[in-house]
Amino acid sequence: MSRFIIRRLIWTIPVILFISIVTFLLVHAVPGGPFDTEKPRPAEIQANLMKHYGLDQPLWKQYTDYMGFTRNPSGDYAGILQWDFGPSITQRSRTVNEIFAAHLPVSATLGVAALLIAVGVGVPLGIIAALKQNSAWDYLSMALAIVGVSVPSIVIGPILILVFALTLGWLPVAGWGSLKHILMPSLALGLSSSAIIARLTRASMLQVIREDYIRTARAKGLSEKVVIVRHALKNAFIPVATVLGPMFAALVTGTFVIEQIFAIPGLGKYFISSITNRDYSVVMGTTLLYALFLVASNLFVDVTYAFLDPRIQFE
Amino acid sequence: MTKQESAARALASGRADAQGLNSENQQKVTNLWQDAIYRLTRNRAAVLGLILIVLLVLMSAFAHVVAPMHFTAGDAALNNAVPLWLTKVMPGHMETYTQISDIYPLGADYLGRDLLSRVIYGTRVSLPVGFVGALTALLIGLIYGSVSGYYGGKVDNIMMRIVDIMYAFPTMLLIILMMAFFKSSFSGAATPGTPAYEFNRINKVVDSLLGLQSGGMLFIFIGIGLTAWMGIARLARGQILSLKEKEFILASHMIGARDGRIIWRHILPNIIGPILVSVTLAIPGYISTEVFLSFIGLGVDPPAPSWGAMISDGAKALRSYPHQVLLPALFLAVTMFAFNFLGDGLRDALDPRMRGTK
Repeated sequence: MSRFIIRRLIWTIPVILFISIVTFLLVHAVPGGPFDTEKPRPAEIQANLMKHYGLDQPLWKQYTDYMGFTRNPSGDYAGILQWDFGPSITQRSRTVNEIFAAHLPVSATLGVAALLIAVGVGVPLGIIAALKQNSAWDYLSMALAIVGVSVPSIVIGPILILVFALTLGWLPVAGWGSLKHILMPSLALGLSSSAIIARLTRASMLQVIREDYIRTARAKGLSEKVVIVRHALKNAFIPVATVLGPMFAALVTGTFVIEQIFAIPGLGKYFISSITNRDYSVVMGTTLLYALFLVASNLFVDVTYAFLDPRIQFE
Repeated sequence: MTKQESAARALASGRADAQGLNSENQQKVTNLWQDAIYRLTRNRAAVLGLILIVLLVLMSAFAHVVAPMHFTAGDAALNNAVPLWLTKVMPGHMETYTQISDIYPLGADYLGRDLLSRVIYGTRVSLPVGFVGALTALLIGLIYGSVSGYYGGKVDNIMMRIVDIMYAFPTMLLIILMMAFFKSSFSGAATPGTPAYEFNRINKVVDSLLGLQSGGMLFIFIGIGLTAWMGIARLARGQILSLKEKEFILASHMIGARDGRIIWRHILPNIIGPILVSVTLAIPGYISTEVFLSFIGLGVDPPAPSWGAMISDGAKALRSYPHQVLLPALFLAVTMFAFNFLGDGLRDALDPRMRGTK
């Protein structure tokens, strides 16, 4: 088990290297620099600026400096390895770490809230549908699920605003700060995931419930609740757990549009504006951060497997 | 012919013989595909989905006939104009602040262009994105997965590690980065003879084939194609791994069939079902990716009518003109429904575990 985790951890190194190189090249291949202004600056000032941010160095050196593999022009190791994402190029007074600290918690809160909605709505819906297969409940929840899968957050968001904020006036239209603000965006974000989870839970529950050990549990005279929760759900949850990792990552990165619709000051919104501003360090940093995050959540899911199903062995 | 060869041939043709026998004993022979089509036509939701998709395809092909006007046509003086009947249906008191004009059946957008026409022309963005995305993913994924699964061993190991790495990439961020790169590198005036120039030329051809000016559709196709094939590749590989040990594949090897023939004639027909299902179910994802990109301004270039851009424009005036969001949102949702219905139906029809039930 621990050997498996260590192997997976080592595997993340080439993954992160690859992602960082691709991102670095893509970002730097975009023509136009961060210091392009309408009115051209004197060449010396431009050169000084480039020098200050190390942009005058050869590309490979900029990369190794950024990753913290080599000493940067000021003679320090300051890069990703040292958990230093560097200064923001367009916002002179802030470092990327500070920008993350200010905006990431917002996106993460939104992502967690959406995941809670996805699991909290999806799993019960799937269980009910499976336990009462072919009943009205089953059809209703599967109809809801197909609505959730088909209607993207970009459509749900404005409709929620229209109904709950503009017509009923129960919730604020947009913004961030209170629990009321989180409700609509996380619902818009989490609904399609909850539909996916509902369908998955139903399918795997239907399979598990026909297994012999469930019959055994019933024959022992266990109450239906114990049979379902303790025996069936535990195994039925495994396929659901496999999607939770990528799903959480997708939810957190999927906040771009939602943050735009609901005017939420999250990292997604900041990322988009950094692309147009050519703020290399913010773009690189965000991509790497999300990649790290995706790798970590996948690892977490793989490890959870073993706890959920002792039959799964890692060599 | 040696004894061994003839035995192998008999083994290989065993399936055909068995079918021949069946046809003598049974009244009606159904193979998987006939069976699947029968099931599909019995599934009301799937048929509805199929009909909707056909209608949408026709609408996009004949957009110049169906739409009241061209998607760029409009009168700037009539910006945000609303027809009289709509003011009575929509919530709020639209008639108190908006210009009433019955020229536009469903109103005009903020530049005075006909909303209905733009939404109809929008099918020329969304449907090609869905179909071309699916086709690219299918092509790359199938070839990649087949090679990896069929040859196995070290090749498989390396090829699948590459897929793993690609999977760790945050897809949405990668597409956004690629779009930013494409847009600034290729949309400007490039000098003739450079790759950027050629790229631009192809892009213009693609756009004009679709009847759009300056859409930049090629970039979206590439962006989606490059990020969408991994799932198909994994699926194809898994299917092939389990198939290649089967007796009828061994038999083909014994009679000396070449690898290409075995993959094409014996393996592909057996794995195409689940792959078709997963591609169909992925189409809504490609469509919504484009909508997302256009929403944040990195998708289709204006004035090409993307539903995402229309929702983005409309959302700015959600309080005053909700129909400007609802119309493209409705078209988008219907399209997504149609593909999901069809995909679900296909899965039920092709899933072998469903065979013989009900």
